[in-house]
Amino acid sequence: MTGFLTLLYKEVLRFWKVSFQTVAAPVLTALLYLLIFSHVLDSHLQVNGVRYAAFLIPGLVMMSILQNAFANTSSSLIQSKVTGSIVFVLLPPISYVEFFLAYVVAAMLRGLMVGLGVLLVTGWFASLSFVAPVWILLFALIGGGVMGSLGMIAGIWADKFDQLAGFQNFLILPLTMLSGVFYSIHSLPLFWQQVSHFNPVFYMIDGFRYGFFGVSDVAPIMSLVVVAVSFIVVALITLALMRSGYKLRN
Amino acid sequence: MGVAVAIQQLVKCFGQLRALDGVSLEIAEGEFFGLLGPNGAGKTTLISCLAGLARPDAGMLKVMGYDVLADYREARRCLGVVPQELVFDPFFSVRETLRIQSGYFGIRNNDDWIDEILANLDLTSKAHINMRRLSGGMKRRVLVAQALVHKPPVIVLDEPTAGVDVELRQGLWQFVQRLNGEGHTVILTTHYLEEAEALCGRIAMLKQGRIVALDSTSNLLARYSGHTLNLRLANDRCLPDDLLARSSNTQGYRVFRLTGFDEIEPLLAEIRQAGGIIEDLRLTQTDLEDVFVSVMQEADGREGVAAR
Ligand SMILES: Nc1ncnc2c1ncn2[C@@H]1O[C@H](COP(=O)(O)OP(=O)(O)O)[C@@H](O)[C@H]1O
Ligand SMILES: [Mg+2]
Repeated sequence: MTGFLTLLYKEVLRFWKVSFQTVAAPVLTALLYLLIFSHVLDSHLQVNGVRYAAFLIPGLVMMSILQNAFANTSSSLIQSKVTGSIVFVLLPPISYVEFFLAYVVAAMLRGLMVGLGVLLVTGWFASLSFVAPVWILLFALIGGGVMGSLGMIAGIWADKFDQLAGFQNFLILPLTMLSGVFYSIHSLPLFWQQVSHFNPVFYMIDGFRYGFFGVSDVAPIMSLVVVAVSFIVVALITLALMRSGYKLRN
Repeated sequence: MGVAVAIQQLVKCFGQLRALDGVSLEIAEGEFFGLLGPNGAGKTTLISCLAGLARPDAGMLKVMGYDVLADYREARRCLGVVPQELVFDPFFSVRETLRIQSGYFGIRNNDDWIDEILANLDLTSKAHINMRRLSGGMKRRVLVAQALVHKPPVIVLDEPTAGVDVELRQGLWQFVQRLNGEGHTVILTTHYLEEAEALCGRIAMLKQGRIVALDSTSNLLARYSGHTLNLRLANDRCLPDDLLARSSNTQGYRVFRLTGFDEIEPLLAEIRQAGGIIEDLRLTQTDLEDVFVSVMQEADGREGVAAR
């Protein structure tokens, strides 16, 4: 247990020591999105009966959680692989399951911290409600888990920083951007609505938003099932990779 | 004495390359063991397999009786590895690094031992300094400290003195010898053969993934005992073939291995007859470096025969 807790502590300390980049910067980014989009659109637009700024904020919060959970595991792994300091965690008697859990929990914590930060600085700009806080927390946690896990796969697979950037730009960014953060998918043409239903991130955002307003595009329980299944699938893939020693113990 | 490290028929391939080609080796508890060989011989690969950093393709490895795959937790708890590469975690200070490393091994409140390691490695004044700001030699010593946080019965040092200056090297060896005296098994790879000769009780020489010599240091020295006559000739080429075959060429000198001093006179006479002009002459006692060169040349010869 001490091994796991120490690894978790180290992963948290790692991002906390540079929290200006890892927490403050993404909060500022989300705030800029809000200021620009809501300034342009808030007076014209209502989505599902809420004003645009209020609609946008949970989307931005969740997007920040997801992107930062991904960034935490992937950048930690690639950094320690490139510098070679990964040996410090490979030499001790830590199992691959403990390794996985420590990294993913740290990623979820960073996601939650950034998400909370975004909520605190953007919450002033709209009147938010919190209809179902348990759903909010559930989606935040599992969504962070999916992305933290995906970040581990990317970090294990990538040998160089630009490969990781490719993974981020061609998979993670489109998935999060095309998930209904900035719009309700009902405003999309039918074809793109259907495509969106194959994007697990859409369910994360939609379920998360339900927790605030009690309205959503898809029934929240359905979203929860999709997100939970995504987590199990991604986690199993990650665990299988780690168990095989792929690129870490070759 | 029990067996600290047991390796049987270890094979490790990287694609087509057989980096380790059937290595078997047993190291007893309390030994100071040297693992020598030219670059690319497979020393680091062997250590990686032992530490669980690399998966062997075949063979068996045990540390203090624990299989490195099946009982990996116990095996790793028994092993402290100083990696060859100068790696560090740039986020932490020296003390943080060592506390975290202790925690990975399940040890809390390890500060007493950490302080002792720091003092012995002359790092006490650097404890609060970030790893990034240490010199190469200091980083190397922190790597040694990291390998020792859990007081492993078996300590493996992969070229620990590369880039460490002479004075610190002495301090490091004193500390490692003390640990060895207290019962820790030490396995060392180094490029400094004088170091290995002075420290190691037993030595394995590795070449292209195979053990080509394995014996006590004194036996190895005795096997090639005697003296060498080193000659620098103005006209090296003029020597007849049999003289060339009996000698080796190192750093501009023709080196003749002698079994007795009475060989010197006829040898010099032969060279004079062949018209050799001697510019410099040295008589030296065989050291581990000579043994190393001989063993490697003999291994080449054997391979040559096998290839035919
Ligand atoms: N990860 C790797 N991938 C491919 N080849 C490797 C890898 N590690 C080592 N090798 C090769 O295996 C051989 C043994 O290397 P190594 O064990 O580092 O030698 P040594 O430590 O004795 O200098 C070398 O030919 C080296 O190029
Ligand atoms: Mg090496």
